[in-house]
Amino acid sequence: MDKFFTSVQLDEELCKGCINCIKRCPTQAIRVRNGKACITKKFCIDCGECIRICPHHAKKATYDPLSVMNDYEYTVALPAPSLYGQFNNLDDVNIVLTALKRMGFDDVYEVSGAAELVSEMSRKYVEKHKEKWPIVSTACPSIIRLIRVRFPNLLDHLLPIQAPVDLAAAVARQQAMEKTGLSTDKIGIIFISPCPAKVSAVKTPLGIDKSNVDAVLAIKDVYPVLLGFMKEAVDHIEDLSISGKIGVGWGNCGGEASGLLTDNYLAADGIENVIRVLEDLEDEKFSNLTFIELNACSAGCVGGVLTVENPYVAKVKIKRMIKYMPVAMNHLPKKEELQKAYLSINPFWTSRVEYEPVFKLGDNLKEGIEKMSLVEDYIKKFPGLDCGACGAPTCQALAEDIVRGVAKEKDCIYILKQKIHKISDEFSELE
Amino acid sequence: MKMDFMGVHHIMTDRITLNYEVSAEDFTRAGEASSDVKKKLKQMGVEPSTITKVAIAMYEGEINMVIHAQGGQINVVISPDEVLMKLADRGPGINDIEKAMEAGFSTAPDNIRALGFGAGMGLPNMKKYSDEMQIETEIGKGTTVTMKVFLS
Ligand SMILES: Nc1ncnc2c1ncn2[C@@H]1O[C@H](COP(=O)(O)OP(=O)(O)O)[C@@H](O)[C@H]1O
Ligand code: SF4
Ligand SMILES: [Mg+2]
Repeated sequence: MDKFFTSVQLDEELCKGCINCIKRCPTQAIRVRNGKACITKKFCIDCGECIRICPHHAKKATYDPLSVMNDYEYTVALPAPSLYGQFNNLDDVNIVLTALKRMGFDDVYEVSGAAELVSEMSRKYVEKHKEKWPIVSTACPSIIRLIRVRFPNLLDHLLPIQAPVDLAAAVARQQAMEKTGLSTDKIGIIFISPCPAKVSAVKTPLGIDKSNVDAVLAIKDVYPVLLGFMKEAVDHIEDLSISGKIGVGWGNCGGEASGLLTDNYLAADGIENVIRVLEDLEDEKFSNLTFIELNACSAGCVGGVLTVENPYVAKVKIKRMIKYMPVAMNHLPKKEELQKAYLSINPFWTSRVEYEPVFKLGDNLKEGIEKMSLVEDYIKKFPGLDCGACGAPTCQALAEDIVRGVAKEKDCIYILKQKIHKISDEFSELE
Repeated sequence: MKMDFMGVHHIMTDRITLNYEVSAEDFTRAGEASSDVKKKLKQMGVEPSTITKVAIAMYEGEINMVIHAQGGQINVVISPDEVLMKLADRGPGINDIEKAMEAGFSTAPDNIRALGFGAGMGLPNMKKYSDEMQIETEIGKGTTVTMKVFLS
C-alpha cells in the first residue's frame, strides 16, 4: 500500500475550482489545476480541514458503507469515545452499546476500554523515559503524519504505544476467535470513527505493521440508525461498558493527558494551534513539561469531521456523562479477561516512524540552495497578493511549484497580463 | 554563470542571502525571522539537528534585538558549508559583555519577565548552539552579533 495513502479525496463533479480549500490546508497540499482541486498526497495529513471548509461538499472521506457488516460471519463494533458525545441526555453508555448490538453487531468492544490500558502503560512509559520529555501523544494519526513530514526533530518524542483503537481491535479479535472458534477472516472488527485520519491509520498504519481493524464506519452514518435502536435498547440495557472517566474522557481534548495523572502537561487542539506548539517545541521553548497531547480537531476527537454534533457541545456532554463514572475500570473483575488478553499482545510500536522530507526542493544541499534562490527570484517577480488565482495558496507556493516543475510562470495572472499587454503593443506597432 | 530557468534570468549561485527587518514595535512578531529561516532550511534539505541549532541561536538573538534594543536588521547567508547570521541593532549597546554572557544574568524589566523572557539564558544559548560567535558593541550606538553554524 502507498505510504502516502489518504482517506480525503476529491469529488471532481462537485468541485468548482474555487480557492477555499487551497487557502485553508495547513500543509499547503492542495492546488487548483485545470479548474479542479487536486491533492498532493505526500503533503496531505488527512486532517479534514478541506472537508470542513468546502462550500460545495466536493471533499469527502473514504470509508466503508454500513453494509460492510454483512461481509463477515461475526462482527465486533469498536465505538470511539467521541460517539458518546453525539447524543442528548445520555447518562448510560450501555444504551449506546446495547443499541449497537441490536443494530446487528454480534459484540461490542469499547475503544475507551483499551484507552484506559494505554493510559496506564503511558504513565509507566513517561515515568521511565525522562530523556524523551516532553513525550508527544500519538493517538491522532494526523499528528504523526504532520510530524513525519514537517518536524523530524520531534520524532524521538513520539509515544511509541499503539493507539487505543488498534489495541482494542487486537484484543477484540482474540476474544472473538476464542468465543466463536471462527477463523480470523470470518471475523469483522469494525471501528466507528470520528475522522478520515483513522481510516488512513487502518489502511497504512505507522509504528505497527498491520492494524487489526477490518473496516471503518463514519459516526455520522451510524448515528441516525443507532438513534432508533437506542429507543428500543432503553428497556433491555446490557452491561457492556468496560471504561470509566479516563477512557471515555479520551474523546475530549485533554482527556488523554489527564489520564496520566500529572499536572505537567499541555493539551492543544485544532491543527493551526498544534502546528504552533510543534514549532515552539522544536525550538526547545518548553521546559518542565512531561507530556504534550495534540489533537488535529478542535475540542479533540469530538470535533472530528465525521461526527454530527457541534464539537464544543459534544465536549460538554462527555464531561457531564463521565462525572459520576468510576475513574477507570482497569481493575474491575469484568476487565480481568481483558488484562489477560492484553498481556499476550505487544502494545508497543514495532517500528520507528521515519522522516519523510517531502517539502525538500533538491536532492542535496547544493541543489537545495540553488533552487531556493530561484524561488526567491520568482517571488520578486510576483505581486505578493496571494490571490490564489494561479491555483496555489500563496505567491511563495507558486514560486516553489515552478521550481519543482509542476507549474508555470504564466499561471500568475499578473505575469500573464503583462505578457498579453506586451504582445498587443507589439501587434499595434505592426499596424 | 547565467542560466535561463523557465523565464527567470537566474545567476547560478551556491549561496542564498536572506534579509529581515526586525521591528520592536510589535512584540508579538518577534521570532518571525527565525521561523522563516527554519522553514527554508528544511526545504533546502539541511540536516534536522543542525536546523535546531540555527533556529534557537537566531531566535534568541532576534528576541534580544526586540527586548533590549529597538529592533534592527538580520542578514543570513546560507552556503553549502555554513549558515552565517548577522544581527545588527542600533540599541543601547552592551556594557559588560563578559557579565552579559553569564548564565542567568539579565537586565530585562519586570513587564518583560512577566511574559516569560529575561531568564538570562539568551546569550549563553546563542554561544552554545552556534559554532562561532562574535559580539561587537558600542555604548549608545548598537550591537552586532555574528554567528556561524557549520553545515558539514
Ligand atoms: N542586543 C542587545 N542590546 C543590548 N543589550 C543586550 C543585547 N542582547 C543582550 N543584552 C544584554 O545582555 C543581557 C543578557 O542577555 P540574555 O542572555 O539574552 O538574557 P535576557 O535576554 O534574558 O536578559 C540582557 O539582559 C541585556 O542586558
Ligand atoms: S483529533 Fe481525533 S478525530 Fe481529529 S483527526 Fe485526530 S484522531 Fe481524528
Ligand atoms: Mg535574551
